[in-house]
Amino acid sequence: MSNNTKFTGQSFKSVGTRPLRPDGLDKVTGRARYGADIQLPGQLTALILRSPHAHATIKSIDTSKAEKLKGVKAVLTSADLPDKNKGDQDLFDILDNCMARKKVLYDGHSVAAVAAIDAVTARAALKLIKVEYAILPHVTDVDEAVKPKAPLLNRKCITQGVEPTPKKASNVAKRTEFGHGNTETGFAEADFVKERNFKTEQTHQGYIEPHACVASYSPDGTAELWVCTQGHFVFRQQCAALLGMDVSKLRVTPTEIGGGFGGKTHVWAEPVALALSRKANRPVKLVMSREEVFRASGPTSATSIDIKIGITKDGTITAGDATLRYSNGPYVGPWAMLGAMTAFACYDLKNVRTVGYEVLVNRPKTTAYRAPSAPMAAFAVESVIDELAAEIGMDPVEVRIKNAAKEGSQSSYGPVYGPIGIGPTLEAAQKHPHMSAKLGKNQGRGMACGFWFNFGGQTCTDLNIAPDGTVTLTVGTIDVGGARASLSLIAAEELGISYEDVKAVVGDTTSVGYNDMTDGSRGTFSSSMATIIAARNAISILKERAATMWEIPVDKVIWEEGHAKATGKKHGNLAPLSLAEIAAEAPNTGGPIAGHNELVADGAGVSFATHICDVEVDRETGRTKVVRYTVIQDAGKAVHPTYVEGQYQGGAAQGIGWALNEEYIYGDDGRLQNPGFLDYRIPVCSDLPMIDTQILEIPNPNHPYGVRGVGETSIVPPLAAVANAVSNAAGVRMTHVPMSAPRILKAIDSAQD
Amino acid sequence: MAQLVSTKINNDPIQFVCEPQEPLLDALRDRVGLTGVKEGCGTGDCGACSIILDGTLVCSCLVLGVEAEGRAIETVEGMADGATLHPLQTKFLEHAALQCGICTPGFLIAAKALLKNNPAPTEEEIRYALAGNLCRCTGYDKIVRAVQDAAKVMRKG
Repeated sequence: MSNNTKFTGQSFKSVGTRPLRPDGLDKVTGRARYGADIQLPGQLTALILRSPHAHATIKSIDTSKAEKLKGVKAVLTSADLPDKNKGDQDLFDILDNCMARKKVLYDGHSVAAVAAIDAVTARAALKLIKVEYAILPHVTDVDEAVKPKAPLLNRKCITQGVEPTPKKASNVAKRTEFGHGNTETGFAEADFVKERNFKTEQTHQGYIEPHACVASYSPDGTAELWVCTQGHFVFRQQCAALLGMDVSKLRVTPTEIGGGFGGKTHVWAEPVALALSRKANRPVKLVMSREEVFRASGPTSATSIDIKIGITKDGTITAGDATLRYSNGPYVGPWAMLGAMTAFACYDLKNVRTVGYEVLVNRPKTTAYRAPSAPMAAFAVESVIDELAAEIGMDPVEVRIKNAAKEGSQSSYGPVYGPIGIGPTLEAAQKHPHMSAKLGKNQGRGMACGFWFNFGGQTCTDLNIAPDGTVTLTVGTIDVGGARASLSLIAAEELGISYEDVKAVVGDTTSVGYNDMTDGSRGTFSSSMATIIAARNAISILKERAATMWEIPVDKVIWEEGHAKATGKKHGNLAPLSLAEIAAEAPNTGGPIAGHNELVADGAGVSFATHICDVEVDRETGRTKVVRYTVIQDAGKAVHPTYVEGQYQGGAAQGIGWALNEEYIYGDDGRLQNPGFLDYRIPVCSDLPMIDTQILEIPNPNHPYGVRGVGETSIVPPLAAVANAVSNAAGVRMTHVPMSAPRILKAIDSAQD
Repeated sequence: MAQLVSTKINNDPIQFVCEPQEPLLDALRDRVGLTGVKEGCGTGDCGACSIILDGTLVCSCLVLGVEAEGRAIETVEGMADGATLHPLQTKFLEHAALQCGICTPGFLIAAKALLKNNPAPTEEEIRYALAGNLCRCTGYDKIVRAVQDAAKVMRKG
C-alpha cells in the first residue's frame, strides 16, 4: 500500500473539536503512574555520587567501605560500565556523561553509584565512597572558553569545519556556516547598519517531574526498564549499546511523563540503573533529586551572539550577518549550528551569512530545550530589527512584513519554502486589538517573530478493531501534552466513527516497531500521518469483509461515514454495514481486522509565530511584570485546538521566564549556585497574565489533513518580544537575557549617566 | 527506630510505620501507596506534594511522617466522591488545565483549600493562592480559568 500523504482539503467532523483527553481522568485523580510511581517486588534504591568540582582528574575511587555496609547490594563505578562501542564517539560521550572515567568535567558529574535496601542505607554508603581528585583549572563562561589561554576541557578537541585543520586543540569543537549572497555587497547597499553583541544565560527545561526509572536485569541477559522519557525506543537503543546487550532483549515501557521539553530525550541515569540491577541481581529504582536535575541534566546553551544587519531607508534589509557562540557543556552537540540555521529564517534576504561555534565549557551537557537554540538567535536578530525600524522611523511590524519570507523564498539555511505562515502571523498581529491598545505609565510594548523547522522521522503505528467495533490505536510516540486525544480524533475522523470509540495508547518497545522520540514537534504530526494510513489500510480490509458478507465484488464497495456501502444499480439497495457490524462478523470473514503503517514522516511543515508583549518596568527597583501577552502561530490544522492553545501558552510562559528570571549562576569555583526552584525561579501563577492565543491554519501540503507541528515555535519569540517591550518601556536597549531586576536597573542607570 | 503513626487519610483510619526523619511525602507514597502525591523538589518550592493537614494546605515534603500522628490528611485520591468527580477535577479536565499532569494533584488540593476559605476569589486572588504550585506546561492560563469556573459551579452548589 502506498503512503499517499498529500493534503486533500477535505472537511472534518472530529478533527478540530475539543473532547476530553483519554488520559485525563487518571491525571486528576492521582491514578496516573509516572516514573517514580513504579514499584517492583524486591526493588532496591539507587543513588549517585556526584563531583563537587567543575574540572578534576579522578586519581582513585575507593568503594571498599561502602561495599561492606549492611544493606548495600551493589556499588558501581566506570569500571562496571566499560566502553563497548570502541570508536563511536557519540556513544562514548553519552557513557562518559553517565559515569565519569578519567576526569570529571562539571559540578554534578557522576562518579559512582550504589544500590541498597533503602534510601537511608544508600545515602550512608555514598558517604563511605572515597574519591581522590586532582583539581584542574576550569572555565564556565562561553566567551572565556574561546580565548587562547582558556583551560582546555579536552586535549584532543580540534575544531571541526575549519580549513586548514587547526594544529592546536581548543574548546571550540566545531564551526558551521550557512547563508547565500554576499553580505559585504549587501552592507554597502544599506543606509543604516547596526552591529551588536547579545548574551543569553543558561536555562533549564524545568520539568516538574525529576528523572526516574526502575530497571530490572535478569540473569538470562534480558532486562526491563520503566522510565519517564520522550523516546523509549531511543533509550532502548542507547542503553543496550552502552551495556553491550542485544537491543531486542531490553524492553522499555514508558511511564506517564511529567514534562520533558527536550530534557528527556537523553539518557542520564538509566544505563546506571540497569548496570546496578545487573550487578545486584535485583530491580533498582533510581530517582534524581531536584538538585541533581539542575546540576547534572538538562540545560540549554549559554550564548554570546554578534549580529550585524543593514537596512535601506524604505525598510529593505540588504544583508544579515551573525556569529553565534553556544556553550555545549563538555561534549560537542549541534547547538550553535541550530542557532545559525534559525537566526534569519523568518526573512527573505538576498545576502545572509551565519557562523556557529560549538564551545566546550565545564557545565552539564547541553540538551535540547523546546526549539533548541532558536530563541537566543531570535532574541539577537529581532532586537536589532526593532532598533533599525526605529532608526528609519518605520513601524516594527511593517518592517517585518516588508522583509518576511514567503512561498518560494530561499531560506537562510538553504531550502526553498513552500506555503508558510510568517506573513499571515504578522498581518494578524497588525490587525490584533492588542497592537493598538493604550499603554499605561512605565509600560512598553514589544513584538517579535520566531521560526522552527519541525521534524517528521521514523514512525510505526497499529490500529486494531475489536469484535465490538471499538478501536485500539497503539502508537510509539510519547504523549507529552494531549497527543492521545489528537490521535484518537484523527482515527475517528478517518474511520468515520465517534471519538469515544477509539482508545489511543502508547505502546512499549515490544508492542510496535521503532519510533523516533517525541521531539521536533513531531508527535502528533508523524503519528497522525501513520494513523491515517493505518486507518485507510483497515478500511480496505473492512471493505473486503463487507464484500464477502454481501457476496459482491469489492470494487462495488465504498467507505462512508463509518459504513461500508454497496454501489451501482445491482447492489445499491443493500443496507449499509457499520464498522461494528463488519467487526462482529470478522471470525467468519477472515479473522481479526487491523491496519498497520510504518513510515518516515517526511515534509514536516515549517512553523512561524509572532508574539506581542506589554510589560511594566518599575524604574526604582527594576522589577518587570508582563501585563499582556498575545501569541499568533500557524498550526497548519489544529487537531485539538485547546491543546494547541496550551502549547502556545506554555511555550510563551517558558520564554517569559527565560527573558526575565531564569539563569544558571556559577561561582568562581565553577559550582552551580542555584540548583533549586527557590533560587532558579521559574514563572509562578502570580507572575503572569492570561496568555491570549490566535491559531492560524495554513495547511501543510505534505500532510493529509494539513497538520504542522505546534509544540516548539512558541518559545522562540518571547525573549525578543519581552526584550523589545522592556527596551521600549525603559528607554534603553537590553542586550543580556535574563533581564533580571539588577540588569534592568544597571541599564537604566548607565543610560542616564 | 521506626514508629507507628495513626492517622485519618481521606476519611479512612490508616496506620503506617516510618522512620523519625522520614518526610510525610515519602510515607504517603512509599508506605501508604498514595502515589498521587507527587515529588517535584523535596524542598517546598514546587507544591506538587500539596496535601491538606487538619484543614491547612501544606507541602508534605516539609512535614515529618511522625508529625501526622492523630491528624487528618486530605490528598488528591480523596477528592472524588466515588465515581463523581469534585467540580475542580471536572473543570480541570474541561478546560485542559493540565498537559503532563504531574503538578495537577498539587494544584487541585491547593485550589480546594483556596475555595474552602474564599468561595469567590478574584483572578488575582487565585493567582496568589496558587503561586506556591509550579506548572511548567500550561502558563497557568487554563488553570486559572478552571478554578474560576469550578468556583462558580460550587457557589451554585
